[in-house]
Amino acid sequence: MSLLPFCQWLADTPGSKALHESVYMYPLVESAHVLTLCLFLGLAVMFDLRLLGVTLTRVPMTEMKRRLGPWMTVGFVIMVITGVMLFYAIPVRSYQSIFFRAKVIALVLAGLNAFVFHNTIDRRIAEWDRAPVPPPAARRAGARSLVLWTVIVVAGRMIAYNWFDCDKQPQSAIVNTLAGCVLPSDVRAR
Amino acid sequence: MLPFFQWVSETPLSQAISQSPWEFAVIESVHLLALAVIGGAVLMLDLRLLGLGLRDQPIARVARDAQPWLVASLIVMLVTGVLLFSSEPIKCYYSTPFWVKMSSLLLAMIFAFTVRRRVALADEGRVRPVWLKVVAVVSLVLWFGVGASGRWIGFSV
Repeated sequence: MSLLPFCQWLADTPGSKALHESVYMYPLVESAHVLTLCLFLGLAVMFDLRLLGVTLTRVPMTEMKRRLGPWMTVGFVIMVITGVMLFYAIPVRSYQSIFFRAKVIALVLAGLNAFVFHNTIDRRIAEWDRAPVPPPAARRAGARSLVLWTVIVVAGRMIAYNWFDCDKQPQSAIVNTLAGCVLPSDVRAR
Repeated sequence: MLPFFQWVSETPLSQAISQSPWEFAVIESVHLLALAVIGGAVLMLDLRLLGLGLRDQPIARVARDAQPWLVASLIVMLVTGVLLFSSEPIKCYYSTPFWVKMSSLLLAMIFAFTVRRRVALADEGRVRPVWLKVVAVVSLVLWFGVGASGRWIGFSV
């Protein structure tokens, strides 16, 4: 199953074309996406560093969640909305970008990491709420989150570069496979 | 100032980064990662000064805990920023967003390490709450100016 036909259909919608070709709207959406990084990821990094026990060690974890959680949620919602808009503006190229694909996979893993955290060590937060250095399971969750978000940011930035684009052939077979490129030879084979 | 920018563009470092297909992208990524950290460090204290965020904590404690991350990420930002600049100094010279960014950056750094730091570390109660909020808003406006104009350098030709 390929989402390529859907992306091609999306690229032909008037809204997608308008956003792609806009002089100011696209850069503004992209700027909002990048700058909201400060709000969402900036606070998420502080949260993860608290989980690692390297900063704000005298702040209880429940307080971190209660006081910073709403801000992170606001930031995350803006990131998702602007991110979806950026994809909507350039659907086919994004879908066939190995960096976009890596970013989506890392995002899913980051979500999974948060889900596991909330359903395991976070359930017993009363036991370590005020611990300057949280238990190993919590520290591991924080470390995994930092690694995954690093991948997400770097991969996200790299989407802008066309090194491995499908319309830039020849590429190695592995790149064409990972990017889901449809080559002229494939079309003829059908 | 143009001769200086021209001189920079002729240095081996500038040539190396601008001719490499991936060096700029890698440095840019590190610049972006440090942006997240500096954003967190700045917001943590500015939110607190506004009476938001970690409002149950003393301001000075939030300021002290955020400080090393602010300094460390700022150093990474400055180093990677200089490298990014050195790869395309002539473009920067003719870029309005670049000059806006450098001016706001200078003001933001001076403000962060003088007024804002002193106010955050002062005994609470000695500074009127309204001034805490003014300091936070000025800080947020200055850093937002740095970030927004910085992003815009990439859009201008």
